[in-house]
Amino acid sequence: MNVLNFVNAFFSDSAHWHGYDGIPTRLVEHVQYTLMALGLAAAIGLPVGLLTGHTGRGGNAVAFVATAARALPSFGLLVLIAVVVGIGLLPVMVPLVVLAIPPILVTTYEAVRSVDPAPVDAARGMGMHETGILFRVELPVALPLVLSGLRSAAIQVVSTATIAAYVSLGGLGRYIIDGLYQRDYEKVVGGATLTALLALVTLAVFWAAGRLAVSPGVRRR
Amino acid sequence: MDSVTKRYPDGTVAVDRLTLEIPDRSITVLVGPSGCGKTTTLRMINRMVEPSEGTILLDGEDLQRQPVTTLRRSMGYVIQNAGLFQHRTILDNIATVPRMLGRGKQKSRERAAELMERVGLDASLGKRYPYQLSGGQQQRVGVARALAADPPVLLMDEPFSAVDPVVRKGLQDELLRIQDELGKTIVFVTHDIDEAIKLGTMVAVMRTGGRLAQFAPPAELLSDPADDFVEDFLGADRGIRRLSFFPSAALELTTGPVVRADAGAEQLAAADGAAHLLVTDADDRPLGWAAPDDLSAGDLAAGRLLPYGRPFVPGTDSLRAALDCAVLSPTGWAVAVDTDGRVTGVVSQQAIGEAIRTAHGAGNPGDARAEEPADITKVAP
Repeated sequence: MNVLNFVNAFFSDSAHWHGYDGIPTRLVEHVQYTLMALGLAAAIGLPVGLLTGHTGRGGNAVAFVATAARALPSFGLLVLIAVVVGIGLLPVMVPLVVLAIPPILVTTYEAVRSVDPAPVDAARGMGMHETGILFRVELPVALPLVLSGLRSAAIQVVSTATIAAYVSLGGLGRYIIDGLYQRDYEKVVGGATLTALLALVTLAVFWAAGRLAVSPGVRRR
Repeated sequence: MDSVTKRYPDGTVAVDRLTLEIPDRSITVLVGPSGCGKTTTLRMINRMVEPSEGTILLDGEDLQRQPVTTLRRSMGYVIQNAGLFQHRTILDNIATVPRMLGRGKQKSRERAAELMERVGLDASLGKRYPYQLSGGQQQRVGVARALAADPPVLLMDEPFSAVDPVVRKGLQDELLRIQDELGKTIVFVTHDIDEAIKLGTMVAVMRTGGRLAQFAPPAELLSDPADDFVEDFLGADRGIRRLSFFPSAALELTTGPVVRADAGAEQLAAADGAAHLLVTDADDRPLGWAAPDDLSAGDLAAGRLLPYGRPFVPGTDSLRAALDCAVLSPTGWAVAVDTDGRVTGVVSQQAIGEAIRTAHGAGNPGDARAEEPADITKVAP
């Protein structure tokens, strides 16, 4: 098969394993963009989602923001901001963060909202503070859903971070874009394969995080 | 509670000028149909709901004058379905309030283990999670969690209404036992009048619209309902149920018709004249009723025996239990046994009826209780 030959040729070429355009460098760059975007999105989406979910207020606003953010095309946003502020990290981060916020925000809000009200009532009745209720009663129970929101955000960011290459930055998108310009399809397929693998690794990381962080009483096993 | 009213912004009045004095160290039950404001009343005591008017005093001090979390931590709170924290083990669930009060982890867990024993839970359940427990067990954990910081007041909001009748009876008996040991001030909300009568030292019947219909000890409620609403709410057989409050110790037992299986002819002759004889084994345990004609001296057990029904224990059981035994017995005679199950005598329906009339006459609960509420002792039905 053609594609497998491309993959094989790409990974067996030792020139692809070192230097500033080597796989390790590009992989680290890609992971850096992903973590940065995910961190920023979580820093915005988690607190807002927790707060609106806990109070039950602002649900409509959350839904509106999420829908609006989903409607923005990542690539268009990248080009627009690059034109306005010039080439750099900012035009890459803005679309990635905008992409990652809706799944985090909406699932966190829904996760906290859907926590059984009885334990919350019991906790309040025994004199727990509101922050205690949120972090020690609601969040542990909502955690599997919150993690699933973070996970889908992470997967989307991993695949979309390839656009960083359009504004002269690195990451795995470099191979795809350069390969397309150079008609070097070995490179294109190699970059795409690496991106897909990174997405699978992300899945595994979240699975492990769920095993470690979610109480067996919530996992029910 | 002094003239407490809760009015919601939309104008609904949940509780209307309720004045109630809840006695210390006893169980006060708030009972009424749904929407009568009983839960709202309970939730005003720990300020989960703030009253619109009126004041609630605890030991003479206004509840509004202390911080709400301090107040709630000094009151145990038990709700329907227990409301356990599913991410915590049973032990950690129970240890919640001691931990909030800043007690050490180890100490709190020791206390939790102690409470598990108190509410009748096996220590091996401590490491389990709530989903691994039955509804009745979860409810026991809920009670243990409420007792963990040893609060003087316990608020219970329909705690037993989601479990099946057999488990509910067990939980009720357990609560009465715990209350005997600990002597808390308990406010208990239920829609089940039988539960109210069984558990309450005082029962407040509330009607729709959040008004108090009657506040009285259960025996008085049954003998003197304040109005048609209370009478209707109590149900049809309140006369029979009231018998639960009269002890059976005063019943006159007769041993005339009681004979042992190995009795001789002269003993049979002594019991002559009785329509039925109760045959017992050598240990005085009842075997059954027999007609004298069917019996031959020396081997009474060989005759045809009628079942003797369920015996009652005079002194422990109430007149209601005694009457029930007599009604169930095919001969119309109730069998009295001691706590070891040995027959102490038999009593006829007529004699029980006599005792009921005497009890009603002597204890017109209306006057008796007015002076001495503690006089009405409660006996297991």
